[in-house]
Amino acid sequence: MTQIYAYIPFANGTAEDVALEYPSAAKKIDAGATLTAVVAGTGADLDKVANAMTAVYKEVIKIDNAAMAYPNAEIVRKALVSVLPADAIVLAPHNTFGMDLAPGLSIKMNSAYAADIVDIEGIEGSSLKLIRQELGGAVSTHVTTDISAGAVITIRPGAFAPVEGGSAGGSVTDKSADAGDLSAKRKFLEVVEAEVGDVDITKSDVLVSIGRGIEEEENIAIAQELADAMKAVVSCSRPIVDAKWLEKSRQVGTSGQTVKPKVYMAMGISGSFQHLGGIKGNPFIVAVNKNPKAPIFQVADVGIVENILEFMPALTEAINEL
Amino acid sequence: MEILVCVKRVPDTAENEFELNSAGNDLDRDDLVYSVNEWDNYAVEEAIQIVDKIGGNVTVVTVGDDESEEVLRREMAMGANNGILLTDDAFEGSDGKGIATILKAEVEKGKYDLIMTGAQADEGAGQVGGMLAAMLDLPYASLVNKIEPGEGKIKVGREIEGGNQEMNEIELPCVVSIQTGINEPRYVGIRGIRKVASVEIPEKGASDLGVDASAVGEAGAKTKRVDYFVPDLGDGAEMLEGSTDEIITALIEKLKAKGGL
Ligand SMILES: Cc1cc2nc3c(=O)[nH]c(=O)nc-3n(C[C@H](O)[C@H](O)[C@H](O)COP(=O)(O)OP(=O)(O)OC[C@H]3O[C@@H](n4cnc5c(N)ncnc54)[C@H](O)[C@@H]3O)c2cc1C
Ligand SMILES: Nc1ncnc2c1ncn2[C@@H]1O[C@H](COP(=O)(O)O)[C@@H](O)[C@H]1O
Repeated sequence: MTQIYAYIPFANGTAEDVALEYPSAAKKIDAGATLTAVVAGTGADLDKVANAMTAVYKEVIKIDNAAMAYPNAEIVRKALVSVLPADAIVLAPHNTFGMDLAPGLSIKMNSAYAADIVDIEGIEGSSLKLIRQELGGAVSTHVTTDISAGAVITIRPGAFAPVEGGSAGGSVTDKSADAGDLSAKRKFLEVVEAEVGDVDITKSDVLVSIGRGIEEEENIAIAQELADAMKAVVSCSRPIVDAKWLEKSRQVGTSGQTVKPKVYMAMGISGSFQHLGGIKGNPFIVAVNKNPKAPIFQVADVGIVENILEFMPALTEAINEL
Repeated sequence: MEILVCVKRVPDTAENEFELNSAGNDLDRDDLVYSVNEWDNYAVEEAIQIVDKIGGNVTVVTVGDDESEEVLRREMAMGANNGILLTDDAFEGSDGKGIATILKAEVEKGKYDLIMTGAQADEGAGQVGGMLAAMLDLPYASLVNKIEPGEGKIKVGREIEGGNQEMNEIELPCVVSIQTGINEPRYVGIRGIRKVASVEIPEKGASDLGVDASAVGEAGAKTKRVDYFVPDLGDGAEMLEGSTDEIITALIEKLKAKGGL
């Protein structure tokens, strides 16, 4: 029987949303599998999360150790290797923690690794068929992974439907004594909060958001003129911040701001999942991109295949004449 | 500080419209434009800046085919001191673990204080750095966006959700994966590339590295790509067509209806 273990990330006593998404993923792997939640940390926060998980999972493993007061991936990895059976299928989120933990975990467990899974087709023999994306979402692929000696699989947060918790009536097993040596060569120091910028893009109902398609720093003025005409604010994708053309506080996405506008104008943005992860509240999305195959057109409400450097000034002029 | 940076030649997402081939099992690769993986450029730049500050050498390494040599030369034009090309028919079809196995063999032939990879490459996996570190039993930090070198250790910032930064102290030698934005990679012109055009780049295969050919490549891969496909997109966007004027008129009506104007 397939044994699936779901690693539950949490902060301040609350599990991340992915905790409710794992059961859907596990069902797609094997509807008959046993699914166990694994919660690692320490103290009251840990207990709170472990108890909350009994509403969603029949079995919950808790690993309590002061060394995991902050989830240092090196330490969590050691604990998981000690506690889990060698042929386990382990699920983790494909986020900044999962990327830190999971590849190395697969090596230490001597199992297969599959990253950033967006859908699952199921098991045939010892092979699990999965769906993922490449090239920033421009293409999708089927991959098979040999699960005969176990597997570590990271799932994309938000890709699997959340389940309603409440009725699992599970119980918590304390495996803290099995965690073994948790010494580490990497020491967590502190979290430095992101700086607050001059404008708060999260407060604006309308965002004119620019991506690498803006091409040159000087062209940002074109977007600002459109934003002025629309009484909107200019936000952006990550490469614009990396290039230091706009402040970090203007970046939309998982490593930037989460915005909830009414209207989102995606100008020369390809539509990577990290970017889309920052757009919530189901806004009306207008995408303008010169590539008719850009992934952004899969999620936008309205798509326009045009060069933004010509389209934005024309739109600005038309709006100013209204 | 002796620094090894792992780099990969990848299709350039900004320059290409990706199409499937006629059999539908691969990309149509004939006209694809390739370049250095975006994240790897930041890693090489960071390595060069560290060496400029405290001394040492930067070596760039790639697992690939003959054409991958061009990315090594490009990074050497940026300022990397040495390049190494790991190439063998037996390496083809490697999964992340296979690539990490090959890189590990090369790492063990040198004496590096710091090994860098990009946070992720074209397949969006973000796996090779963490695997390599675990195989070498070295500490690892992913998504690094700040490095402060110290004595026998470095202080690193990891980018986490919301743009917050997780600071860590990590013992050397170690492996880090580099996130974009950590620096501003320098521009490389044609003249720079010409300067390193005749520098010798050693090539090594499975036997030179002492890598068991059955542990890498297609044969050793536990995770394999079966095909590429275009997903069934459901509705997708309503595409506005016609002249720019017509599109703008239609768009303005929609924006008015949705509260955008
Ligand atoms: C851990 C992690 C966290 C990340 N966090 C974020 C995040 O918070 N936010 C974020 O945005 N990204 C984030 N990224 C990066 C993300 O993966 C993508 O690389 C990024 O979103 C791409 O930005 P883009 O769409 O502007 O650029 P590209 O992907 O290069 O797309 C540019 C688009 O512009 C189009 N274009 C080019 N010129 C024109 C023109 N003249 N007119 C019209 N269209 C044009 C192109 O066809 C293309 O579709 C993160 C990555 C990682 C690994
Ligand atoms: N073929 C390769 N040769 C050298 N380094 C690689 C190769 N593939 C991946 N890497 C390194 O691993 C990083 C992450 O890639 P990936 O794990 O494939 O997403 C890249 O940025 C490179 O630094």
